[in-house]
Amino acid sequence: MGWQRKILRVNLSKGTCVPEPLNMDLAFDYIGQRGLASRYLISEIDPKIDPLSSANKLIFATGPLTATMAAASARYSVITKSPLTGGIACSNSGGYFGAELKMAGWDMVIFEGKAKKPVYLHLDNQTATLLPADGLWGKNVWQTEELIRQAHGDRQLKVSSIGQGGENKVLFAAIINDTHRAAGRSGVGAVMGSKNLKAVAVRGTLGLTVRDPKKFMEVAAASKAKLAAQYETNTNFPKYGTQSLMNLMNEVGGLPTRNHRQNRFDGAAAISAEAMHAPRADGSTNIVTNQACFGCNIACSRISRISQNHFSLKDKPDYRANSGGLEYESAWSFGAQCGIDDLEACTYANFACNDYGLDTISFGATLSAAMELFEEGVITTKQTGIPLPFGSAEALVAMVELTGKGEGFGKELGMGSLRLCQKYGRPELSMTVRGQELSAYDPRGIQGIGLAYVTNNRGGCHLRAYTPAAEIKGIPQKMDPLLTEGKANLVRRFEDTLNIVDSSGLCQFVKFAWTVMGDFREHLEAACEGDFSADNLWLIGGRIWNMERMFNLSAGWDPKGDTLPKRLLREPVTVAGGIEKVCELGDMLPEYYSLRGWTKNGVPTKKTLKSFGLLG
Amino acid sequence: MANNILITASKCTGCMTCEMACSFTKEQIFRTVHSRLRVFDFIADQGRFVPYICTQCSDAWCAQACPVDAISLDPNTKAWIVAESKCTGCRACTLACPFGSISHNSAVGKAQKCDLCGGNPACVEACPTDALTFVADESMGLEKMRLWAAATSGSATEVTAAPG
Repeated sequence: MGWQRKILRVNLSKGTCVPEPLNMDLAFDYIGQRGLASRYLISEIDPKIDPLSSANKLIFATGPLTATMAAASARYSVITKSPLTGGIACSNSGGYFGAELKMAGWDMVIFEGKAKKPVYLHLDNQTATLLPADGLWGKNVWQTEELIRQAHGDRQLKVSSIGQGGENKVLFAAIINDTHRAAGRSGVGAVMGSKNLKAVAVRGTLGLTVRDPKKFMEVAAASKAKLAAQYETNTNFPKYGTQSLMNLMNEVGGLPTRNHRQNRFDGAAAISAEAMHAPRADGSTNIVTNQACFGCNIACSRISRISQNHFSLKDKPDYRANSGGLEYESAWSFGAQCGIDDLEACTYANFACNDYGLDTISFGATLSAAMELFEEGVITTKQTGIPLPFGSAEALVAMVELTGKGEGFGKELGMGSLRLCQKYGRPELSMTVRGQELSAYDPRGIQGIGLAYVTNNRGGCHLRAYTPAAEIKGIPQKMDPLLTEGKANLVRRFEDTLNIVDSSGLCQFVKFAWTVMGDFREHLEAACEGDFSADNLWLIGGRIWNMERMFNLSAGWDPKGDTLPKRLLREPVTVAGGIEKVCELGDMLPEYYSLRGWTKNGVPTKKTLKSFGLLG
Repeated sequence: MANNILITASKCTGCMTCEMACSFTKEQIFRTVHSRLRVFDFIADQGRFVPYICTQCSDAWCAQACPVDAISLDPNTKAWIVAESKCTGCRACTLACPFGSISHNSAVGKAQKCDLCGGNPACVEACPTDALTFVADESMGLEKMRLWAAATSGSATEVTAAPG
């Protein structure tokens, strides 16, 4: 148990919804969610397909711990082949939708083919119906959720959908649930749009059980107590959210600024967590409250209200209400990366990205690349329509809407940073790995994250090996962010443990207080049948990683692409202690390949694949 | 003296752990739809969640309405309890209750409501933020009174909004 042991296969070309049993042999080898759904995807599609063709598949997947009493059990993931990176995409989201899908009795929903006309899937527990989405197509996420609830007369329906961004196949379009939680990265929303699939709406009242309920409740309570006893999870995240990182990263010289021209932003304080709490002229604050996802006793989510007289709200009544506020990555991409210190404009961009269904990191980072092209004189107002200098809040507010709508210069921004910079002959200005925009940590000031960006199976992102936990926060042990020694092993171990976390259905943030081989293993053992010994968990973690890598290589990733933008390797910045640094990737990558059992060119050996059961 | 569940909505984060704990305690399954307590989302306009649960009326509308006397008062906990063996699932109680806090469980065809878990409510135990606490009936409003007292004592010049 833990698993519902059931998946739904929806063929959009034929208009059919067919349930089938979950392959339990695979579940024991890949757990659930990211690992298991990736295994299904990889065995069912040709790696060479065009990600936006009907041959691609799109999987919504929960894990065996999703919607249980375990802490932070809200998570579901969307797995597909990415149109942004050409490799595997797995984007993970919180809120309430994932738990509802699980309680409706499904471990996964696999979408195949392409609908002739826009449709949405309605799931009333085990009753699955494809319905026409004519009246929804063209609408953004917030309105889509409301219209679907109205159509079914059910206030409790949970909805995951795309806005105009996904419909227009913006290459970094997100899928949004519960108005402001995002399966954000790698363009999963564009794949959904390419299939003419507008939304998944679910009501789940069947519930679920676990293998040993008494033991499970004991483990859950003991592990929640650890979260309640740790400063990050009991104070810092509830009060300041991930935004608590803004001033910290700026201090250590790890805050990428103006498309990575600098590593510190003089406006950081103005867009920080502390600024969100500071009274505005009318006495109100940007932050309204914090919010939890389903089952979470951390509650790091931000709820914000834009200053009601801010210029961005002119003619935008929908954005006057409270909604999901700035996370660190988003505040950085709209703010520091674009040189913008207007907190309210950044909050507006956040609301708009959630409504249009755009990935906040990629949008902000793509705009910053455009701003550099503009300042270099490569593009002018002839292309952009309005001036795009670094620091322009007006440009941020205007461009987010144009990008979602696919109009004017927004259509070019919708290609992402790499394709934009290539188009104008300056690919070196794109701060991407494998075509995906990097996150909010400068690898010149935090060396380990540079390796993590490069080895990441979904391209540039911080969520496959979050080295700043060790390098900056000292969790579980402090490592010097400026040294490369030991980072290859740190990244490898982080990757393999997060493979397990992402496959379980829980949020990565519990890792600030838990160990994977302790707390996680205990949860899985109490909830599920199968072997979840530490030895087998390490094997599963490595298996998932090598499987993803092999898919990407088969899809056409050249191992030579395991590198960073030249700026980060060649243009030094002043980091902690006044030292000039670039990212010393060459000191870390060969050791990483060796630790992984890969050739010196970065290809898994047959022996390695065999050890994970990935051959034949 | 009996205790009752005190709701402090301003502390609720919307994590639904109370609903999970209730459904698990009552039905040994994670199924929030059958939680006796429910959490409502007023984030967009009011910026808060509000949990809601049976107040255990002294003179209970649900018990008055029940045609088969299936709802009776537990003398120890002062909670109104539905005797499933007597309940016919006629839903008269759900119509009578002005607060909607007794409902019909369609899985078993019976009325369901909070019974205070025999004096140790699982929802209170599970709440991570003390939005739910189990306090003596007579001291229910005490904390609010204390805050108002501080606000109206004349010395607190910075208080601009009502407490709570």
